[in-house]
Amino acid sequence: MKLDSKIPEGHISEKWTKYKDHLKLVAPNNRPKIDVIVVGTGLAGASAAASLGEMGYNVKAFCFQDSPRRAHSIAAQGGINAAKNYQNDGDSIYRLFYDTIKGGDYRAREANVHRLAEVSGNIIDQCVAQGVPFARDYGGLLDNRSFGGVQVQRTFYAAGQTGQQLLLGAYSALSRQIGLGRVQMYNRHEMLDIVKVDGKARGIIARNLLTGELERHSAHAVIIASGGYGNVYFLSTNAMGSNVTAAWKIHKKGAYFANPCYVQIHPTCIPVHGTNQSKLTLMSESLRNSGRIWVPKKIEDAEAIRAGKLKPTQIAEEDRDYYLERRYPAFGNLVPRDVASRAAKERCDAGYGIEANDTNEGVYLDFSSEIINKGKQTAYAQGNHNPSEEEVIKLGKQWIEEKYGNLFQMYQQITDENPYETPMKIYPAVHYTMGGVWVDYNLQSTIPGCFVAGEANFSDHGANRLGASALMQGLADGYFVLPYTVSDYLANDIRTGKISTELPEFAEAENNVKSQIDKFLNNNGSKSVDHFHKRLGHIMWNKVGMARNEQGLKEAIREIDELRKEFHENVYVPGAANELNTELEKALRVADFMELGQLMAMDALQRNESAGGHFREEYQDSEGETLRDDVNFNFVGAWEYGGSDINAETLHKEVLNYEYIKIAARNYK
Amino acid sequence: MASKSININLKIWRQKDAKSKGQIETYKLDNVSTASSFLEMLDQLNEQLINERKEPVAFDHDCREGICGMCSLYINGRAHGPASKVTTCQLHMRSFKDGDTIYVEPWRSKAFPVVKDLIVDRSAFDRIQQAGGFVSVNTSGRTIDANATPVPKHDADRAFEAAACIGCGACVASCKNGSAMLFVGAKVSQYALLPQGKVEATERVLNMVRQMDDEGFGNCTNTGACEVECPKGISLENIARMNREYLFASVK
Repeated sequence: MKLDSKIPEGHISEKWTKYKDHLKLVAPNNRPKIDVIVVGTGLAGASAAASLGEMGYNVKAFCFQDSPRRAHSIAAQGGINAAKNYQNDGDSIYRLFYDTIKGGDYRAREANVHRLAEVSGNIIDQCVAQGVPFARDYGGLLDNRSFGGVQVQRTFYAAGQTGQQLLLGAYSALSRQIGLGRVQMYNRHEMLDIVKVDGKARGIIARNLLTGELERHSAHAVIIASGGYGNVYFLSTNAMGSNVTAAWKIHKKGAYFANPCYVQIHPTCIPVHGTNQSKLTLMSESLRNSGRIWVPKKIEDAEAIRAGKLKPTQIAEEDRDYYLERRYPAFGNLVPRDVASRAAKERCDAGYGIEANDTNEGVYLDFSSEIINKGKQTAYAQGNHNPSEEEVIKLGKQWIEEKYGNLFQMYQQITDENPYETPMKIYPAVHYTMGGVWVDYNLQSTIPGCFVAGEANFSDHGANRLGASALMQGLADGYFVLPYTVSDYLANDIRTGKISTELPEFAEAENNVKSQIDKFLNNNGSKSVDHFHKRLGHIMWNKVGMARNEQGLKEAIREIDELRKEFHENVYVPGAANELNTELEKALRVADFMELGQLMAMDALQRNESAGGHFREEYQDSEGETLRDDVNFNFVGAWEYGGSDINAETLHKEVLNYEYIKIAARNYK
Repeated sequence: MASKSININLKIWRQKDAKSKGQIETYKLDNVSTASSFLEMLDQLNEQLINERKEPVAFDHDCREGICGMCSLYINGRAHGPASKVTTCQLHMRSFKDGDTIYVEPWRSKAFPVVKDLIVDRSAFDRIQQAGGFVSVNTSGRTIDANATPVPKHDADRAFEAAACIGCGACVASCKNGSAMLFVGAKVSQYALLPQGKVEATERVLNMVRQMDDEGFGNCTNTGACEVECPKGISLENIARMNREYLFASVK
């Protein structure tokens, strides 16, 4: 099948407006006759379900958690971007568009990104109208801050809990529709397959996680908004339950999977503590507004710190290497995430890491300068032009607490160290996946009637996502894109009538799921699911992580292939099918991660260039910066499942045409 | 933050399903790192149980960074354990000593029936939210500009503090009456403090309180246990504000 991105004609600033005006509509009286399934209730899923329910469609929404309010969008900390230019610092729709394309290392689709920038302002209006309590200044107007990779202040926030407040906003809109009977909510349900009838997506098979019952649900369209696949690494900032299963199942039924190798390793997470660690915790990028990142200049100082003989506060200013400020003076500590992560790895690989764990991996994020600066500013603002050092520090700490209080508290809880007194220790960790299910301009996958939104699709962030853009994309897809494009698709279904779940396609899909479950429960192996998941994560982190090379990737492909076989032969899943069985849930998810992990390595191997989050050691310049190959790799790599086995995937290429932005080397110096 | 290794005894509530009778089971777990979180300790126990071919302990958890509200657990008689203002997933084993015996139970409340082991059904909270926890605005994006209505910073900050509730249910579990007034009060307050929420304030508080009563939550007798155990520090003021809102709405 040839990939058709369906980008509308016309000037980029008019594409979406004109296109929208000519999409087909479904009349209000026809909408209740049409069923739509939404899988996932994060920002993209909850906003889509709420919007479609409000329009009058008959919506069924699914989440695996005990409530839609718990989807992992809730954990986003720093903020949401919007081109409002409230701070009068030169922001515009064009600049947000440009920054996102550049931040993505010129590997995203122009038309999609421009649409995202266009609707960004409406998102803020919408959320405020819903009662989302964003941070405000003393004049009562909305406050903004800066994020990585940009030189304006366009990020709206609610302390370090922006994702929570936005998700609860979307959840409130969804709850309203549930209360009105327009959305039926299925909590503690996991989608385990999609059902296609005559080539179109017509339903899903879901497992009721409380009873174990397999359920058939039919619909005229299916929206997948199930998030990203970062948990393929076992350790990531994702929630424990975050998984790729919904996206992977549609891939195996015909949806192409695009750019799986593009993974965002977030620079500021709390370092690993030990072998029983279950997940990694992010410290918001917003902290890089105030914190300065450094390691010791002298290798003997780094060794002494690791040995516990020296404290960071004892290292003199001139003996600290603020390596981001040194290498990237224009953006300093606010370079994009991929750049900051690699720079941390470079210093730690060179022996300057400060954390006393197995790998010595850690750098400092230091707030002492900001405490002094803000303390002085606050004292001045209060009319005290000659404050004592004590007063300055006290006021500075108060300022920090107001801005980042919950993050500082979270850090102290986890590490037992007080970041107001000693610098935070941080290190990169897997955070977000730019790759995902391939979609066209309508957010429709290569399966007709199957749409994919939010982190689960590949569309807007290219090879690297900028901070505070994930929340923007999730809500843009759900509130402002899908309601139009899904309606256009459904306009052909007003005469279709209810889809029967007695069709043989439903029975076949259900039987396949059932046999997979039975196989796990009767396997009688000897090792737990986590045992295999951790081994997979180890291979992925070491060979398909922050830096990749040809040899390592080839080894990874072979090792994952072997591990997958061993997993299926030797995994032990206790319990029964007809009950709440958390080990079975995990086994079904890890089975999909095993296949996806291999595809990620295959994708990374074919992409003989470095771009954004994908860094191939063979392709770097003399200063260690990424070297793109715009002649041979200016495309989206979309993989088609071969029908039998992961080794039979075929690569399709969607060439990216840059009409409005001149493609250039990314420079943050 | 030097971590060390401790050995502990666990007394954990096991219950096959909602209909079965449950009981406390005893487990011994060695070599627990004090740098581990409480849930990582339970992971370690489950790995041990699986290796012994026994059924692992079922418990709710997801984000493991204190924000999703999915984890629960009554630990040594306190919701979310001995540390203050943290969820169970943020509680670390450095809060315990070598040789400690730790009791782990599910939330206990009439409105939160046990589903299995340590997992309870909190869907009553969703239904309260569905009864009125929203602003009735369509998702067109065609509202007024976000800065068209200034909101005094003081009100915005109070609304945010109320909105920080994670819906975990520790307030209900800690209350001797099984009251959900802190949860409902926080949601009512968030909207009551913002101009966007004022229009429907009357219907909202009446509908949410009615649903709360229908779900079988108890009444508030001002013991304040909920505020003490709330991992997000939601203030009792929110209950007072809800009572005022309710009174105004009732006499309108």
